[in-house]
Amino acid sequence: MDRLGFLTGRAARAVLILFGVIVLNFVLLRLAPGDAASVLAGDQGAADPAFVAELRHDLGLDRSVPEQLWIYTKSLARLDFGQSYRDQRPVVDIIAERLPATLLLTLTAFCFALGTGIALGSIAARHAGSLLDTVLTGISVMFFAMPLFWTGLMAILLFSVWLNWLPSYGMQTVGEGGSDLSLVGDVAVHLILPALTLGLFYMAIYMRVTRASVLDVLDRDFVRTARAKGLKPGLIWRQHVLRNALLPIITFASLQAGQLIGGSILIETVFAWPGVGRLAFDALMQRDYNLLLAIFFITSTIVVVINLAADFLYVAADPRIEMGA
Amino acid sequence: MISRLLRTIMLSLAATLLTLTGLAAQEAGGTLNLIVQPEPPTVNIGVNRLGPTTYVGNKIYESLLTYSADLKPLPRLAQSWSISDDGLVYTFNLRRDVKWHDGQPFTAKDVVFSFQKFLPALQARSRLNLAEVKGIATPDDHTVVFTLKAPYPAFIYVHNTAVLPAHLYEGVSDFRTAEANSKFIGTGPFKFAEWKKGSFIHLVRNPDYWDAGKPHLNDIFFHVIPDANSRAIAFETGQVDVLRAGDVENFDITRLAGLDGVQLTEAGWEFLQPVGYIHLNNRHKPLDDARVRRAIAHAIDRQFIIDTIFGGFGHETNGPLSRLSRFKDTSVETKYEFDLAKANAILDEAGLKPDANGVRFELQFVPLPYGELWQREAEYVREALASVGIKVNIVATDVPGWFKRLTTFDYDLAENFVYTTPDPAIGISYAYTTLEGDNAGTTGGNVHGYSNPEVDRLLADAAHENDFDKRKALYSQAQKIISADVPLIWTHDIVFPTLYRTKVHNLIATGLGTDENFADVWLAK
Repeated sequence: MDRLGFLTGRAARAVLILFGVIVLNFVLLRLAPGDAASVLAGDQGAADPAFVAELRHDLGLDRSVPEQLWIYTKSLARLDFGQSYRDQRPVVDIIAERLPATLLLTLTAFCFALGTGIALGSIAARHAGSLLDTVLTGISVMFFAMPLFWTGLMAILLFSVWLNWLPSYGMQTVGEGGSDLSLVGDVAVHLILPALTLGLFYMAIYMRVTRASVLDVLDRDFVRTARAKGLKPGLIWRQHVLRNALLPIITFASLQAGQLIGGSILIETVFAWPGVGRLAFDALMQRDYNLLLAIFFITSTIVVVINLAADFLYVAADPRIEMGA
Repeated sequence: MISRLLRTIMLSLAATLLTLTGLAAQEAGGTLNLIVQPEPPTVNIGVNRLGPTTYVGNKIYESLLTYSADLKPLPRLAQSWSISDDGLVYTFNLRRDVKWHDGQPFTAKDVVFSFQKFLPALQARSRLNLAEVKGIATPDDHTVVFTLKAPYPAFIYVHNTAVLPAHLYEGVSDFRTAEANSKFIGTGPFKFAEWKKGSFIHLVRNPDYWDAGKPHLNDIFFHVIPDANSRAIAFETGQVDVLRAGDVENFDITRLAGLDGVQLTEAGWEFLQPVGYIHLNNRHKPLDDARVRRAIAHAIDRQFIIDTIFGGFGHETNGPLSRLSRFKDTSVETKYEFDLAKANAILDEAGLKPDANGVRFELQFVPLPYGELWQREAEYVREALASVGIKVNIVATDVPGWFKRLTTFDYDLAENFVYTTPDPAIGISYAYTTLEGDNAGTTGGNVHGYSNPEVDRLLADAAHENDFDKRKALYSQAQKIISADVPLIWTHDIVFPTLYRTKVHNLIATGLGTDENFADVWLAK
């Protein structure tokens, strides 16, 4: 199969997946008890049934679920994600304000986790059985076992409260103006703790996978052959061991893209990071359907695209895998 | 004699000096850092009346009146007012020197627009208020006259509602989606400056504020911090200056109050008067039997709930009104002391004998999904009722699910707390008046499904009685019956503590507490 055909096939599959995501989430959300009208009326304190009914009618929530789904799909086809019930603003605007923060956080955490995870995993595998391996494995198990919010709170206590080195919350210092450059520095300082907390958890996973994968490859015949041929250890390591060991790591990393965004909900809550994860949580609590569906749609798109990219990476990492295989 | 005179003179001098230094210390400028949680959808208090919205919005928008801690109306946009002897005509004389934040003059037209059009379109509470009004007249640009259909003394307490700029809504038909809603143009001491969603809301000093020399502060920042532990740390590390009720869990309050330079106050809830509930669904068997409800009241140790779960912040209460209410009459209330033997005896008498497993009947409990403490209270109640043979199953739910279950009577026991407000006609009438149909509309209403025609009559009569003493007598009768009928368990008369740094002065100036406009708040340097 040629590259174009492969790409088209995968893209078509991605669109189908996204449509499935929309329909499934739409129906699931409607199954949950309580709707936006009941929440908005509940906020009022003195609403009577007539007021709630009026609100439900205004929001179009008095129509049947299939009818609502049809209306929603039609507007989605025009790339119209609708208005937030609660904020009375286009949901796209609301998400656009928050998505960059989440991307910054998750990408930083992801790069940190992948980089250090592969590096430490390789070192552990190379020195398998040694004290260094035991220490590294111990650390990885510890970070993997600790709940994210707990690691976050402990990091805040240590670095913000006791040492007073880093800010404990937010994305920038509130009330401090300054040049663009100082803003970048300010955001970077605020990014350290949340990105590290999220990154350490995933680093632990990548480290474990890398270690296991490298040990597995080291045992293979072709490595033994390479050694027997007298190739330099560095070359064997780079060309034969690491390259082959990378395949399961790519699979893991792409599968975890979705989880990383999920994990950011907790981190964004603990560190008051103004991202989309926290927005999704709030939208769910308010049954703000349009906002929630758009967040699902956009994050699902990101995950699908990452997985698509992973498919291509396989090919690059392992020439034996062919397009469409 | 001379020495006494000297002493008096010295003392007076000292007092004068102290006053003068006090005045001098009332410094202008500075930034106040607060927390707003959860982040509100809007800070326009005309659009909704959520706690976080009013906390921020009341600094931007103003109302005709505000209220002192002893619930006397105080002038705000209205500089004076009068009520006719028959209680039917309320005349408000408006300030002439008030400008909206966009420079337009504030007039009677704005008041009429707000009361007659904007607020009733969006707020259920305003519809109820408007239903009492026969007509609104504006003899001139600075006078508004409300004529009521019947005397309704609670009307003086509805004027903490927002007045909105009519000129921004000319030609607008749908107020819910109006663009002007997010312009945040008020008359208040602070102007809206910036809202970085998910991070902070910034207000700046209004230099043209009608009360010359005020406000003292230059800036207010409302920080958005979603996690309770992180909020506690933000206060502890001095990044924010005030913690309000609900910002941190009660078990953290005592610790934080012990920090250097931190003050705790229980004041500032005189207007809202919060009371904690456990609803009993009066429409479900066997809770339709008043004896069973009384037995449950005796089986719950409410002092334990106050001391152990709510950290000692609260008072026991046996009736619908808060201790802060002018109409509270403890002498007519039935006392539900904690007494397991009595509870068991009443249940036996009601014919609800335990089965082989010691279980008399089962109830579904829907806790209030607003934080840890309510979950703990639910767990305590489960244990407490198990000891009298009532098996309680806790049903987990989120906020929308909780709304849905309560308003459609789909529960047996449920937690809640309500603001009983300065006037029972506003605060408790709709919670105890018979409700037709199977939808209560809102969780603040009669979601317990209580119905007593005598109470209906007393509440309706009292709401429209112009004579204070007669009103008080009517409310006493109502409290006596409601307390005896115990349609729900009043768990505690809530105390919401506020923590603040001692450098913050005049934080609580009226009965509205931190919901005030903060024109008087100043920071010691």
